[in-house]
Amino acid sequence: MSGLSIQNISMRFDLPNGSSVQALKNVTLELKEGDLMSVLGPSGCGKTTLLNIVAGFLAPTEGEIVLGGKPVHGPGPERGMVFQQGALFEWMSVRDNVAFGPRMKGQREAEYAEHVDHLLDVVGLQDFKEKAIYELSGGMQQRVALARCLANDPDVILMDEPLGALDALTREKMQGLVLKLWKETGKTIILITHSVEEALLLGERLLVMAPRPGRIHKEYRLPFAEMGVGADLREVKKHELYGPTREEILSMIWDMEEEIMGRSEESA
Amino acid sequence: MTGLLILLVYVAIFVVAFLVVRFGTSKALQVSGFNALKTVTFGDESAVTPDRSASVVSVLTLFFLWAAFTGSSLLPSFLHAPGPFLGDTSFTYTAQDANGNTDDATVFARVHVVGEAVEEPVATGPDDGFAKNDVMTAGAWRSELIRVDRNDELGRKEGVTIVAVNGQPIEPGARVKIDDGEVGMTPKGTLNLIPAKGLQMEPIWLPSPEAVFKRFLNVASEGYQNANLWEHLGYSLYRVVLGFLFGALVGIPLGYAMGLSGWFRGWFDPIVEFMRPVPPLALIPLVIIWAGIGESGKIILLFLAALWIMTIAARAGVSGVNITKVHAAYSLGASKRQILHHVIIPNSLPEIFTGARVAMGVCWGTVVAAELVAAEVGAGMMIMVASRFQLTDIVIMGIILIGIIGYGIDILFRQAEKYLVPWKGRS
Repeated sequence: MSGLSIQNISMRFDLPNGSSVQALKNVTLELKEGDLMSVLGPSGCGKTTLLNIVAGFLAPTEGEIVLGGKPVHGPGPERGMVFQQGALFEWMSVRDNVAFGPRMKGQREAEYAEHVDHLLDVVGLQDFKEKAIYELSGGMQQRVALARCLANDPDVILMDEPLGALDALTREKMQGLVLKLWKETGKTIILITHSVEEALLLGERLLVMAPRPGRIHKEYRLPFAEMGVGADLREVKKHELYGPTREEILSMIWDMEEEIMGRSEESA
Repeated sequence: MTGLLILLVYVAIFVVAFLVVRFGTSKALQVSGFNALKTVTFGDESAVTPDRSASVVSVLTLFFLWAAFTGSSLLPSFLHAPGPFLGDTSFTYTAQDANGNTDDATVFARVHVVGEAVEEPVATGPDDGFAKNDVMTAGAWRSELIRVDRNDELGRKEGVTIVAVNGQPIEPGARVKIDDGEVGMTPKGTLNLIPAKGLQMEPIWLPSPEAVFKRFLNVASEGYQNANLWEHLGYSLYRVVLGFLFGALVGIPLGYAMGLSGWFRGWFDPIVEFMRPVPPLALIPLVIIWAGIGESGKIILLFLAALWIMTIAARAGVSGVNITKVHAAYSLGASKRQILHHVIIPNSLPEIFTGARVAMGVCWGTVVAAELVAAEVGAGMMIMVASRFQLTDIVIMGIILIGIIGYGIDILFRQAEKYLVPWKGRS
């Protein structure tokens, strides 16, 4: 695999009442192998739509996704996805969930057992592998989702607010885990988040999107993800650049939100 | 009147049992665990758990009332509701001839249990004048006409009329109270003894619990209407299971197809939506016309009863799949077939189990109804035929057994559900 190329993607949804919504307009982006990109933006900026297009769940009205030189049509195992919640299979044990990808490829127990057990170790769920999904806490469930995605050895990992439903402490631990996995596996990761702090910590590249139509507003290159690998994330937050960058991005998003509010007030 | 009394006794037991359990036992015994610490229970549905002592008392009360108002031997007699009068009684009547002369005579009556052999009582005491003493027998809960003048020296033909009973004047259509019942007079002037009925139910309306149980043993060993009890129940159950299985076998794949393909949904939607509100009972006449009253007709009917329920359950199960699960499976490289097998089917199992429980309940109700209409063997046929011969004990026994089996089926499904789809309601 070489890289993921998002080429001039536009997405227009036609509404039943005849009008249409431009969810994305001319989004172009290149990701190298091993890139860790976080995507931020006010609600309605099309970041989830973009992720669904990359995953292959939606076909763009214009443009193309190219992965490793091949255009993408439909979902595939080379693009793994981690959802916010509800994507695990309750009728399978933790271990069967993690082994789902290899099993679907037709691998036998003996072929994937070692790999799956290793991943369960990595996410710290070795003791819970025979448990049912509904017996786990929210944080554990997201670790299962991560391990399940990794078990398939995808080229790109797409994360749609994977930590959004977790409490602050669990979230911080999971952020560390994501960084660790990124460094150890060298996967390309795109992570959508609502939290500016999370975007800063988990974005070697940070993309800010603007709404109406959804487009790339600004891209940052940040040192925090590299610093955070294996380190205390709270120490990273004390870095001299962290505070000012956060403020800059926050006010940028605030401005966008206010603009949306103003526009809708005008039209109302 | 008796009904009102039963209701009063029932309410009284309800209240007394509540007060006894509530204030008679210690607080800690009543509520334990986490709920014991809740201060707000009124309005908190989760804090309301069924009080099992109430359930026990409730069931016992039903049996108690049943036994008390049927004079059951299961209860000591002081707990019985007053029974019908049994034994000897007598009343006097006053006859008046055409000239205005009157004479008194006594009627000696013996009230006996209907169906038991009985001897006529013996008349005693003075017996002069033109009116002569009479003897008669009467069945409990029945009434008996007595032509008191048939043995008198002067009878109706000679212009004699009865003008009083026990000294109280009587005329055609009127009634006079006597010690152990009433005496009425027909329009033609014949006396009619109505022994006191008491408050108990007559066995032909409501047999006592032990009579029902005895009948149960009897039908279980000797059978009724050319089949023993287990054959009757077994045939009903067999029809239900077979009809349900066919219904599930066709309905579940159909529901999946409707949940997965727009063409299938479009094609079958009008049929399913039309057939769903048609009660299976309404199909009985058509099924009898087409397939007769034999096994195949019953099974077709139950198949139709289960089919739509199972179709709709399977369709709902597919529609209920969280789309992120399907997306996740595609992203993990699953094919359509694998997604059907590993995601859609397991995810729809809880809905299908719910549908199966409903379908089994409907099938069980439908089979009994279908057998009531026409069948050669079956639980419904058994109670229908018994009712024509006023064999209330068989009818009641049949209803109880039908209830127990229906409840048993539901429990079986609930247990299977707990075992097979433990994730139900927990995602």
